[in-house]
Amino acid sequence: MLTTKEERIFRNISYILLICGVVITLVPFIYMISASFKSQIYTFEYPPRLIPRDPTLENYIKALGKDLFGRNLLNSFFVATATTISTVFISSLMAYAFSRMQFPGKEVFFYILLLGMMIPPVMLIIPQFIIAKNLHLLDSLWGLIVVYVSVTLSMQTFLLRGFFETIPRELEEAVLVDGGTRWDIFRKIILPLSKPGLAVVAIFTFLYAWDEFPWAHVAIREGSRRTLPVAIALFQSQYLTQWGLLFSATTVASIPVIIVFVIFQRYFIQGVVTSGLK
Amino acid sequence: MEVKNKILDKSFLKKILSSKGAYLLLLPGMGLFFTFILFPLIYSLRMSFYKWNIVDIGASKFIGFSNYVRVINDPIFIRATLNTIVYTLITVPGQILFALVVAILLNQKIKGRTFFRVAYYIPVITSWVVVTFLFEYFFGSQAGLVNFILKDMLHLVDKKIMWLTDPILVMIPLNLLGIWKGVGWSAIILLAALQNIPLDLYEAATIDGAGIWHKITKITLPLIRPTLVFLVVVLVIGGFNVYVSGLLMTKGGNPLDLSHFILTLMYKKTFTNLDFGYGSAISYLLAAFIFMVSVIEIKLLRRKVEY
Repeated sequence: MLTTKEERIFRNISYILLICGVVITLVPFIYMISASFKSQIYTFEYPPRLIPRDPTLENYIKALGKDLFGRNLLNSFFVATATTISTVFISSLMAYAFSRMQFPGKEVFFYILLLGMMIPPVMLIIPQFIIAKNLHLLDSLWGLIVVYVSVTLSMQTFLLRGFFETIPRELEEAVLVDGGTRWDIFRKIILPLSKPGLAVVAIFTFLYAWDEFPWAHVAIREGSRRTLPVAIALFQSQYLTQWGLLFSATTVASIPVIIVFVIFQRYFIQGVVTSGLK
Repeated sequence: MEVKNKILDKSFLKKILSSKGAYLLLLPGMGLFFTFILFPLIYSLRMSFYKWNIVDIGASKFIGFSNYVRVINDPIFIRATLNTIVYTLITVPGQILFALVVAILLNQKIKGRTFFRVAYYIPVITSWVVVTFLFEYFFGSQAGLVNFILKDMLHLVDKKIMWLTDPILVMIPLNLLGIWKGVGWSAIILLAALQNIPLDLYEAATIDGAGIWHKITKITLPLIRPTLVFLVVVLVIGGFNVYVSGLLMTKGGNPLDLSHFILTLMYKKTFTNLDFGYGSAISYLLAAFIFMVSVIEIKLLRRKVEY
């Protein structure tokens, strides 16, 4: 690429602007972590300080020991993990059928499924609430899981179908010649070769289930069955101004997500791009 | 007639039978999808035409469009709609503009590109609940950082502003939050689009003596137009669906139900006032509105791009 003097100046300005942007993006998080180490009196200190005076772990000890917080954390892990496993399994089966098999009604099913990508989930909360009530799924973690899987299915099946279609069919013919079945093809060829795609689906689903608030807020009333986002929201209305305590809870809730994201960011960004540009 | 023949046709039956493997694969997913997405969608349409009785569903009364008429004539709904439209009109261009700047800056040989990409994306993956509380803390009236900057550092105002208790002022943190949380997502998508533009176009422009501004407006923007259209459509839908941040920051539309968004109003009418028919009518009005706006946007924005 030709580099002119103008481009060099542009690049230097770019660094300055990008760093300013990163500061604006990340300062709230640094502030959150800092406040989580402040004891209650210092969270109202004016002028506000970024570096906590006498940092303390008392908020974390208090939050984690608080009635049900540990329980809520476990609930979140369980719901997010079960949702992820189920979604990856169910959507890869569907994606396989849509990408490799011929059957009557294929197009119709596929378009109906795509409809799911266009419906805003919050819109369905009222009827989902009634259905869950009739199926005795309110106040149950399974009630969260089935809805989360249903909401993410369309998108994930669509993504995986795209990945499966890039796998050359000659490989499958080889399996068939050797006397293998379709199930062998699925297990020994399709799944291992679409690991990046499965990773994308798994990460997306995990983050969604971990962060989801609207449905969990409606479906769960019982304190011991709440997931973290709902627990934190109610935490705040209960201990209105105990920011240190609140932010120790939000830090605990955010860190797993950020770690998962940083480790898998390559796959993740690839997934955002493929799902965004079709 | 033809359809009937086709169904009776033996080979068609055989085809269905021989496809049972495929149906088996679809069964779990489609079962969930019908139960928790498609059926609710239709059920909610039905509810919107009833005076819905939550205790005894059989006692629900069909009332035609009455719920819709009530919604449209409700000043609180109109206020919520205005708040939502303003939110969309501010956050969509805001996100795209900042994202475009970030994407253009990152689309160079720059050190630490992965770091920047990850950093800008962190707000996107963080829960709405968490980031809403962060913004509440920043805009808090007692020790909030924003008041400190405006009053004590820049001396722009002489007393602390009560951002969170005023129905109009609270829209400022909500809109800023909407922009701040979304920039990373749009930036990633725009960056991917920018990377698809062939470099020789820029090189040719450099030889012709074009400056950077010229390259951006004459090469970059026209070539990423399809991506911009996609972003506008998706972000507008997201804007109309703003929910969690509003629900938490305004404590459910306070004061006096003046700071609602459409969906927070739906939540309140349904789960606080237990008016399920009314809530469903709001959902359907919102869905119809989103659908209309999306069609118009696609029509207006999508023109053929010539390379």
